[in-house]
Amino acid sequence: MTESAQDGEYDAWLDSIESDNGYYLECSNGHGWLPPRRVCPRCHDQDLSEVDLPESGEIASHTTITVPTPQFEDDAPYVTAIADFGPVSVTGLVRDVDPDDVSIGDVVGLDVGERVTTGERAVVFRPR
Amino acid sequence: MSDPRIAGASVTHFGKHPERTGRDLFAEAGLEALSQAGIDPDDAEALYYGNFMGELAEHQGHQGPLMAEAIGLDVPATRVEAACASAGTAVREAVKTIRNGEAEVVVVGGAERMTNIGTAAATDALAIAADDLYEVRAGMTFPGAYALMARSYFDQYGGSHEDLAHIAVKNHEHALVNEHAQIQKEITVEDATEAPTIASPLGLYDSCPITDGAAAAVLTTESYAEERDLDAPVAITGTGQGGDNLALQDRPHLAQTPAADKAADEAYEDAGVGPDDVDFAEVHDCFTIAEVFAIESLGFYERGEGIAAARNGETTRDGDRPINLSGGLKAKGHPVGATGVAQLATVAWLLDGSHPRADAVPDSTVGVAHNAGGTVASTTVHIMEVRE
Repeated sequence: MTESAQDGEYDAWLDSIESDNGYYLECSNGHGWLPPRRVCPRCHDQDLSEVDLPESGEIASHTTITVPTPQFEDDAPYVTAIADFGPVSVTGLVRDVDPDDVSIGDVVGLDVGERVTTGERAVVFRPR
Repeated sequence: MSDPRIAGASVTHFGKHPERTGRDLFAEAGLEALSQAGIDPDDAEALYYGNFMGELAEHQGHQGPLMAEAIGLDVPATRVEAACASAGTAVREAVKTIRNGEAEVVVVGGAERMTNIGTAAATDALAIAADDLYEVRAGMTFPGAYALMARSYFDQYGGSHEDLAHIAVKNHEHALVNEHAQIQKEITVEDATEAPTIASPLGLYDSCPITDGAAAAVLTTESYAEERDLDAPVAITGTGQGGDNLALQDRPHLAQTPAADKAADEAYEDAGVGPDDVDFAEVHDCFTIAEVFAIESLGFYERGEGIAAARNGETTRDGDRPINLSGGLKAKGHPVGATGVAQLATVAWLLDGSHPRADAVPDSTVGVAHNAGGTVASTTVHIMEVRE
């Protein structure tokens, strides 16, 4: 992988969130996934369509990480959470809230931010 | 179909051996296992070898033939990678090879060199078992991933960090007599609850250490063992493997491990036994909460009830069904690619009475090894029984 090569559908998905057109992929049976996907791993349906992501989701679980990988050295301590957006869940960094104040059930919106350590793009959640 | 016998097994000391190469660690375990088996090494027909992060820790891929050579074998050698379940998965391949009649003697093992690259780089290396695009880039570490699962468990079923502390205390106590263990130090519940946080709600004593080490075992057919009068009373009578979505975000539940459910169901059916028949188990407690998931998936406890098992003394060495008499990954250590075979060896030694904690399970006949990879996206379960 060269420095400039993008990760196809993943980076395109981040682009869509940055331009407020975030989506997920849904199969005929309503199972939601994030790209790239060619088939629903749950029901094998290959008819996946892009559906608008809900504007907000709820935090399903969260952790404040104090021992990071080197790529997040200057980010620590930081909160990583999984947020439930209905048919699809997303993993991201919780921003704009004190780590001690994050709770399961908190309503958050999806955004693209930057890692403090590397400046690379990252999925972030902000309170709604 | 012949259930493989465990003719010999060996583990190195698990601990900090940063200067020791992976090939030397494996050579120690492999040669000792062959010696214990008392077989002609020329009879060995295959090697299945578990290793996870050799490219990152030692800049070494293609380890199958390297490790066969290290133990003096000229056999087809296959490296198996399933993150922390690499060695358990290698065991399963060895079992299938023997059962299929393709070989009479198979060596299975694994090794991992980890401490030579330091804690930060090892944390980074371990993280590649998660989904790189959707988890690692969102800051997920392995303690972080299990922390998400632990918090979800507490939210859905109840339980507390203090319950997890009892698991750490138990496993540390179990390891006190295990000379192979990385940590032989008694701790208290207060030590565990007051330790520095790694990824909330998990602290230092909820996490297994970073470990260098290797393990190996020699498996043979029943007829090979009988014809040569080998001392091999323990058979692998059931094998199971299950999978799950790699990323936590794609699973319906954050506080269940269906890959382990599937592996356990398959292994029990294969062996013709059930959870109530099991005398003890070695399970994959990379984090304290992982032991809870394991004992629930193995059918020893209903969902939401495994959290109290250690606190209630049910899984301690004087409990009804001891869990992790070796000290588990928590205290014994977790050289990732070796762990599944080290569990196999431990169960065999507990069943044949040669393990220092065998006095906790006298007259036991059925033991289980549960080896999990990633956030339990891969799991193997093996049932072992005394046959003679």
